[in-house]
Amino acid sequence: MNERDLFAALPTIDEAVNGRLHQRLVDAANAAGLLDVAYRTIETPVGTLLLAATAKGLVRVAYASEDHDLVLERLARDVSPRILRAPARLDGVAREIEEYFARRRSTFDVPLDLRLSHGFRRTVLSHLPEIGYGKTASYAAVAKAAGHPKAVRAVGSACANNPLPVVVPCHRVVRSDGTIGQYVGGVEAKHLLLALESAA
Amino acid sequence: MATKDSGVSQPPFEEIVAEHGPTVLRVCRAVLGPVDAEDAWSETFLAALSAYPRLRANSNIEAWLVTIAHRKALDQRRATSRRLAATDEVPERPAKDGGREGWESGLWEALEGLPLKQRQTIAYHYIVGMPYLQVAEIVGGSEDAARRAAADGIAILRKTFSKGEAR
Repeated sequence: MNERDLFAALPTIDEAVNGRLHQRLVDAANAAGLLDVAYRTIETPVGTLLLAATAKGLVRVAYASEDHDLVLERLARDVSPRILRAPARLDGVAREIEEYFARRRSTFDVPLDLRLSHGFRRTVLSHLPEIGYGKTASYAAVAKAAGHPKAVRAVGSACANNPLPVVVPCHRVVRSDGTIGQYVGGVEAKHLLLALESAA
Repeated sequence: MATKDSGVSQPPFEEIVAEHGPTVLRVCRAVLGPVDAEDAWSETFLAALSAYPRLRANSNIEAWLVTIAHRKALDQRRATSRRLAATDEVPERPAKDGGREGWESGLWEALEGLPLKQRQTIAYHYIVGMPYLQVAEIVGGSEDAARRAAADGIAILRKTFSKGEAR
């Protein structure tokens, strides 16, 4: 008998065992206040979205094109490496996003954690919810609302770096000439979101 | 919070669980058996999660986890002895989810016959693949003592687990 083969007789570790232990770890981590970032994914008409939340609120929404593994690595670096796949903390957000795509919801009222956005970019993001569902505003108009009428480009980069797309509606910011402009989730996704909202 | 430009950053803890969870569970099972293995695994990973942000970059994560699991196994044994000493009767522990399922080979009955330290030495060397020097750093004693303990333990298992081999 090969010594290493001896341990082939240990019970196999299947999905059920892994799932049970993982859930136990998530529950214990939550109870101990050690789950700094919880995440899950959700399937939507604009593809798979990654949702991540701290104890304070939703901290990140990411499109698949942003590379979810990379997004999680950056959350580990910028927020905390105590990150676990823990869908329960995101149940409320996931439900609201589902309702939004089913045209049964026009505003999000989950708590947000804006810690990934700083300075003027954060100011811009805080003004975006003022653009109502189904409406659009130009980058210039948002710059004005944020108190810096000349900072049109900075508004563009604030939108491009929005850590909470869909929920913080940067897709409602378009170019002054009426063309759609760029979007963190791709122009196609921006079209889809604006079409969804205008059809309501 | 880490600064935005710090070069080395730790992977999300979820990756640590996915990569090392199964090996640590196999170690816990070989060292503690069907009843206590999952408790020890859970305590190990909770303690690891707590300490993770302070772990130095480029640490050997597997060895770090096995060291934590080693301490948790010793804690658990001490707690069990205290409990047994406090009551006359052996407490009936309810079978947990997954209890003895998959343990039909009789491997645990054979492993249970070995002293704890021998089981640990064998598990760290043969399941984790640690060299004896590293095993000795965790269980205590010399590299040679660890090598001898493993050889003695394996010799016993060859006799006591012969039935399992035939299956």
